[in-house]
Amino acid sequence: MEAVFLTFVFVLSIFLGFELISKVPSTLHTPLMSGSNAISGITMIGAIASLKSEHHALAIFLGTLAVTFATINVVGGYAVTDRMLEMFKKKDQGDAK
Amino acid sequence: MSLSFLAINFVYVISAALFIFGLKMLSSPATARKGNLVSAAGMLLAIIATLFAQGLDFKWILLGVVIGSAVGLFAAYKVEMTSIPEMVALFNGFGGLSSLLLAWAEYQQNPDLSVFIGIVAALSAFIGGVTFSGSIVAFGKLSEMIPSKPVLFSGQHLINGAILLAAILAAVMFAVNADGLYGIFILIVIIALVFGVTSVIPIGGADMPVVISLLNSYSGLAACAAGFVIGNNILIVAGSLVGASGIILTKIMCKAMNRSLANVLFSGFGATTSKARGDGPEGEVRPASAEDVFYILEAADSVAFVPGYGLAVAQAQHVTKELGDLLEANGAEVMYAIHPVAGRMPGHMNVLLAEANVPYDQLIEMDDINSRMDSIDVCVVIGANDVVNPAALNDENSSIYGMPIIETHRARTVIVLKRSMKPGFAGIENALFYGENTRMYFGDAKASIQALVAEFKKAD
Repeated sequence: MEAVFLTFVFVLSIFLGFELISKVPSTLHTPLMSGSNAISGITMIGAIASLKSEHHALAIFLGTLAVTFATINVVGGYAVTDRMLEMFKKKDQGDAK
Repeated sequence: MSLSFLAINFVYVISAALFIFGLKMLSSPATARKGNLVSAAGMLLAIIATLFAQGLDFKWILLGVVIGSAVGLFAAYKVEMTSIPEMVALFNGFGGLSSLLLAWAEYQQNPDLSVFIGIVAALSAFIGGVTFSGSIVAFGKLSEMIPSKPVLFSGQHLINGAILLAAILAAVMFAVNADGLYGIFILIVIIALVFGVTSVIPIGGADMPVVISLLNSYSGLAACAAGFVIGNNILIVAGSLVGASGIILTKIMCKAMNRSLANVLFSGFGATTSKARGDGPEGEVRPASAEDVFYILEAADSVAFVPGYGLAVAQAQHVTKELGDLLEANGAEVMYAIHPVAGRMPGHMNVLLAEANVPYDQLIEMDDINSRMDSIDVCVVIGANDVVNPAALNDENSSIYGMPIIETHRARTVIVLKRSMKPGFAGIENALFYGENTRMYFGDAKASIQALVAEFKKAD
């Protein structure tokens, strides 16, 4: 039953994603990609939740690696997107530098 | 179901809403930056909530978070804007790797998986692995550490097909009875890593926008599969949003090149089509000096710059903006016309010009500039080639026939900045260079534009 419920969530989110993204103008495609890339670092949540103190040493090792790489993805992704978006300015703002 | 479990999942609902709002705000340059922060806030909220789960081993979490944040921040603030594509590829790969590791850690901890969990665990490991090794190859190609030309080997499709078949067989075996099949799980991981390499290595540099979009989508789907493994909604929602976004971008990129996804992935474009096709263009090349170009630009009322990957290579975005400002001061209307696949990732040129302080209302999309091309005095093509090749419109024998282009040949005068007469990525002669209204201005893009800027300053 849980599988059905999760699949339900999955299918609806895919449709929502299509709706949201098709409205993004091509000017913003690079920030969109790096910003959505940062969201895909959501695995970090799962990785953190998997690091339980009673687990096997190998599971803990794998979990720590997963947290590390996912954090690079999340933190780096959001930071670089912010850096890019900061540069997008309108004409009057651009002149008043 | 404990109270804290419910509370944590309730916070995840809020996080999901913040991701959705964030993506929605990304649809306008005016709200995009705030949108990114909203999405980051959603992520932070989800992370904090997760830390309230019971029995967590905080020292390892802290270690991973500290190292990851340091590496991520360092990379994000050090990267040059021209290197954004490889950076995004690398981050993307790390996301995939983390989904693979998560599935592995889950299996290590609870080897007795149900059939459903077995399938999604195998999927998570496979997609995660392909994303990781594929992104590393894309990173290597984009940063020119490995040749960006398509690398083709004989029997490529056969080998890739066999690899895929092996992966499916291994996944089925694993799903039916995961317990005790540790070797099979490792095998799936290895197959995935190999497949990522063999499927990305044949794809050439100019097709990278498609590949990066596709890998972006994979990283989302990998996170999604990992969400199924651990039964976590927020991973599924966020992962599928990213998966959908990557698929849409892939579709847009393919459409902008008038090619199917299968053609991009399997044809090794640029390696097989490099021999001349059809009749070569007729006419003569008309070279121009900096002084000639200066007189043309000086008299122009409207100027459209058409940047391509060459602008990024020459790091010419800042001087281009400087020239644009001088032209505006001289009374001309200045625009920057951008082809959707110019550069090495979707929107690459827009970011470079934004870095040089070009206001986004001067960045014009292909269809908008084409509709008014006849009234434009001068088009300045900087390091672009195939995206302005009229063969795409009128030469049915050309391998790029049907691809939408920026129709610069319809402008009153076209100035093409180019190093030499060498054909572009697709290996096709460009009739634009031989046009009667075309002047070729040879040299390094940055040095050439600097020379023009100097001419303008001299004239003052």
